[in-house]
Amino acid sequence: MNESKQAENKESLCLSGTNVTKIFGFGDNKTVAVDHVNFNFYKGEIISIVGESGSGKTTLSKMLLGLISVSEGDVYFQGQLRDIKSHKKKKEYWQGIQAIFQDPFSFYNVFRKIDSVLLDCINMRGGHSLSYAKKVEMMTEACSFVNLKFEELTNKYPFELSGGQMQRLMIARIFLLKPKILLADEPTSMIDACSRATILDMLLKLRDEINMTIIFITHDIGLAYFISDSVYIMEHGKFVEYGPADEVILHPKAEYTKRLISDVPKIHEEWDLSTV
Amino acid sequence: MKNQIRQIFHSSKFLGGFCVMIFLLLLMIVYPLFVTDDPLEMIGQGNFFKPGTYISVTDTVDTDTYTLKLDNVGARLESKISVEDRADMADWLEKFGGVGISQIDVTDAEGLIRLWEQYYSKDAAQDGLLISKKKYYARLDKKIDGILEDTDLKIAAEDPETGDISIAETIPANAYVNTKDIATKRTFILGTDNFGRDVLTELASATKTSLMIGLVAGAVATLIGLILGLLAGYVGGFVDDTIMFVTNLFTVIPSFVLLILISYSVGESARGVTLVATIIGLTSWPWTTRSVRSQVISLRNRDHVNLSKLSGHSLFRIILTDILPYLASYVVMALIVQISSGILSEAQLSMIGLGPATTKVSTLGLMMSWAMTYSAHLNGAWWAFLPVIFSIALISFSLNLMNIGLDQVFNPQLRD
Repeated sequence: MNESKQAENKESLCLSGTNVTKIFGFGDNKTVAVDHVNFNFYKGEIISIVGESGSGKTTLSKMLLGLISVSEGDVYFQGQLRDIKSHKKKKEYWQGIQAIFQDPFSFYNVFRKIDSVLLDCINMRGGHSLSYAKKVEMMTEACSFVNLKFEELTNKYPFELSGGQMQRLMIARIFLLKPKILLADEPTSMIDACSRATILDMLLKLRDEINMTIIFITHDIGLAYFISDSVYIMEHGKFVEYGPADEVILHPKAEYTKRLISDVPKIHEEWDLSTV
Repeated sequence: MKNQIRQIFHSSKFLGGFCVMIFLLLLMIVYPLFVTDDPLEMIGQGNFFKPGTYISVTDTVDTDTYTLKLDNVGARLESKISVEDRADMADWLEKFGGVGISQIDVTDAEGLIRLWEQYYSKDAAQDGLLISKKKYYARLDKKIDGILEDTDLKIAAEDPETGDISIAETIPANAYVNTKDIATKRTFILGTDNFGRDVLTELASATKTSLMIGLVAGAVATLIGLILGLLAGYVGGFVDDTIMFVTNLFTVIPSFVLLILISYSVGESARGVTLVATIIGLTSWPWTTRSVRSQVISLRNRDHVNLSKLSGHSLFRIILTDILPYLASYVVMALIVQISSGILSEAQLSMIGLGPATTKVSTLGLMMSWAMTYSAHLNGAWWAFLPVIFSIALISFSLNLMNIGLDQVFNPQLRD
């Protein structure tokens, strides 16, 4: 089924990779974090990469972002081999792919004000020459999209906000940048359950607004089922199972997937700890 | 930032070090305002005067030479001439002066001296007297010469309008003198050194020079260390390997040996204060490089750096805005340590005679070196080296206290 979809959607291929591998260290200390994975992500989809801690999710996401080098294999961006050798090429690439990280308390530079974080995004989209009033208008729009008031944020430092507000500011940043792909690396794992729903809701709203692909990295298979179109299950740096969300989660084939699903606590049933 | 500054000034250790440093700075800035003399001016002719107030016995003015002898004749005679001297004088007067023994009264110093002045002659026939004894009498005569003079003392003062120096006051020989009226009076709080320079004035200027050496050396070392550490830590790979190779080379060779070799090869005539400071800076950077590098390595994979990369910032800008501010407190601490070790290095270099070769300014190390060369420690002239040691200790002590205080503010794990 995947084969036919690929042929059909060759045009709509957004990000794909063949034999992508990351090896840390060498000799006896060699660790294969990501082991020859192949993947095809399509435009407009929400893709979840699910796995437990240490399965290589974050390493893979950093490779996809171009923050760390790929040891082996190729990554294709919009059907073409990705070229991020020079700083200029990288900058171009990052206009197409952006990220939200896990810990809102660590991804802001504590010495820079919120304005400058948002202004960076406008400048990156080529808004250097816009008037300041226009920039403020854009920032206000972005903030109101995530239910924040820009007037209250100017001249404040990021650490003066709550975790949920910081995460929403991150989404405002994506709103301004309008990338084609968003890599969300466990964006809700550090946030309480109520804010989590808000954040997810905003992410989905944003996807509809600017029509982007979301690669959602999570350890929460229930969440993955809830939001994604297709799911990739990762174990020890390899994809053990992948396909449409319904298929993978409702009819799991791999042992690992079954275990992951059984580990999800259910409110109305007694939790079986024997499998944990 | 404001809170941090407030916190810094609440740290008792920082405050203690800060106060000592302010005291030293005030000494350096305020003292020269009151004592405007050249610190290297040789005032006393003779070395290692004890601390105290001195009055110049000769005031060389255009006109005449006025001799101020402030010993009051009656009161000082007893202490000037010892019992042995008097016995010898009586002996000479009796043997060669032809004075009858009944005329001589050893207990009356004044009468004895008058007789001596009347009858003693260096050229008189002194048969049977050893040459050394003859010389002794000549010396004694010189010592006694003028001791009984009771001419009035004259005080010279500068005319505020014309600038001429004229006699302002005449003091009777038997009067007490108010030392304030004496123009040629100098108080050496810490005595003089081997060249007859006022130690305190010299110390104030030497502390200033040494602190400057420390600042220059510290700034050079920190700048080199910071740039190399940032590059090695952030860029990594080949750049890191190359920089660490050079750094390890410098670490393996003891920097003091390197310092001695460079200072020696530069040559004595070229070694100025700034050059020595730069050389010290150039040999002490590896430590800063290593520690900055390890800090940067822990910083470079943080999310905020990744975010900055994703915002398309250049390498230079990321280092400047995302790495450096996080390191700032650490770098300030490194700078403080480098400053105090720079001052100590200069002192060490000067002690072995490889410090700044200069006749224009003094440094703490040079003062120590001079004190040692002229055996101040053997002469008991403690004032020539103890204050110097003390001020070196004070500078390092205050800088280190401030360093610990800063460390406690910026490193939460060290807070009390």
